[in-house]
Amino acid sequence: MVEKKVEAPLEEKTVENLKAGDGVLLSGVVYTARDAAHKRLFDLIEKKQKLPFDLSGSVIYYVGPSPAPPGRVIGAAGPTTSFRMDSYTPRLLMHGVKGMIGKGQRSDEVKEAMREYTAVYFGATGGAAALLSGSIVESEVIAFDDLGPEAIRRLVVKEMPLVVINDCWGNDLYIEGRRRWARE
Amino acid sequence: MAKSPRVIALNEVKKTVKRLSIEACTDLNKDVEEALVRAREKEESPVGRAIFDQLLKNADIARRQSIPICQDTGFAVLFLEIGQDVSFSGGYLEDAISEGVSEGYKEGYLRKSIIKNAYTNPENTGDNTPPIIHTRIVPGDRVKITMLPKGGGSENMSRVRMMKPADGMEGVRDFVVETVRDAGANPCPPILVGVGLGGTFDYVAYLAKKSLLRGIGERNPDPELARYETEWLKEINKLGIGPAGLGGTVTALDLFIETFGRHIASYPAAVNIQCHAARSKTAIL
Repeated sequence: MVEKKVEAPLEEKTVENLKAGDGVLLSGVVYTARDAAHKRLFDLIEKKQKLPFDLSGSVIYYVGPSPAPPGRVIGAAGPTTSFRMDSYTPRLLMHGVKGMIGKGQRSDEVKEAMREYTAVYFGATGGAAALLSGSIVESEVIAFDDLGPEAIRRLVVKEMPLVVINDCWGNDLYIEGRRRWARE
Repeated sequence: MAKSPRVIALNEVKKTVKRLSIEACTDLNKDVEEALVRAREKEESPVGRAIFDQLLKNADIARRQSIPICQDTGFAVLFLEIGQDVSFSGGYLEDAISEGVSEGYKEGYLRKSIIKNAYTNPENTGDNTPPIIHTRIVPGDRVKITMLPKGGGSENMSRVRMMKPADGMEGVRDFVVETVRDAGANPCPPILVGVGLGGTFDYVAYLAKKSLLRGIGERNPDPELARYETEWLKEINKLGIGPAGLGGTVTALDLFIETFGRHIASYPAAVNIQCHAARSKTAIL
């Protein structure tokens, strides 16, 4: 697999150059958010209130890490299943989010919004949480501390191993991969 | 005169549950790791093989650094086989189990994923309690405790269907394959597939979960069911979902069927999906 080095936050041009199936080593700042944090972000947008981080060009990692043991930046930190965020995602992309990291297939509405707003969906290997934890070099809770593992964290990652699942051109690696390897 | 019961201090139960919680989440059982090694050899997709490399490396890091294999350290599901000649001292059994989970999840830096009430806004219980406890009373004076932390991603893709007797085993096969197909990449393939057949609506789901306690490669003792297990696994591996859902020839590592009697009108079937981080640890007191 080709491995492209990519920096976050993402520029539009970077997103345009990524294709479903590309291996990516992502470095830079990403924000964690999962179910409960998405609901709160969505409500803040609805009420036109200030958001805890700048969405423009941002990458959101769907993860609820385990607690950091002493001497570690973060605990195990692999992706959670992305479809639970689907109902909130198009609105976030409209407001500038350019990348998402998770696992599992997205809805047609999300894929359409990715084309419309030029965004990319990366897959991280589900269950490879100890391995992925090693690519996180900084972690700080910046909002919704009361949500525990679901709080929003600002992470700095270094060469996090990812795969492009959905690009901004409408390609879907899950569909293509399954088609290629299905037997009958 | 009746035999006097063997007394087990509940403090021992608590300490055991605590230890099993931490070990289950950080130390992948050998049978699962060896199945991943064998599956890597079988996998035809180069990308799929690269995913297996990640999973094996991940298990190694988790074990050496004592951190969770997966950040979702699950709902604590406990299976207890309690010898009927045992008596417990020093409190209540369920409290001791709950305290063991609480201490294990806190001291082991495991994620606390349980919300107080299913219907409230997120308010975490803070110690991953309450656990789910399944008990069976068996002959003897021993207590066997198995801790199976069950992640949400694979649990969410599981299903129960009340089928018709006329559907037969072909119908069940189609239901199982359809469940895995629809789950796709969501439950972290390569998966284990637990199938329950018979009993009631609630019991069939328990059977499916209980089947996941078997070691990988351990067939149902009934030769006919063992044959179904092998055949259905082959069907699933033709789906092409592959490791991490990126496409490949290994979608499931194994499939287990557990059965029970059924009502003449009923044909309940359940599929409990388990991710590749198939964690469990057992102790006997």
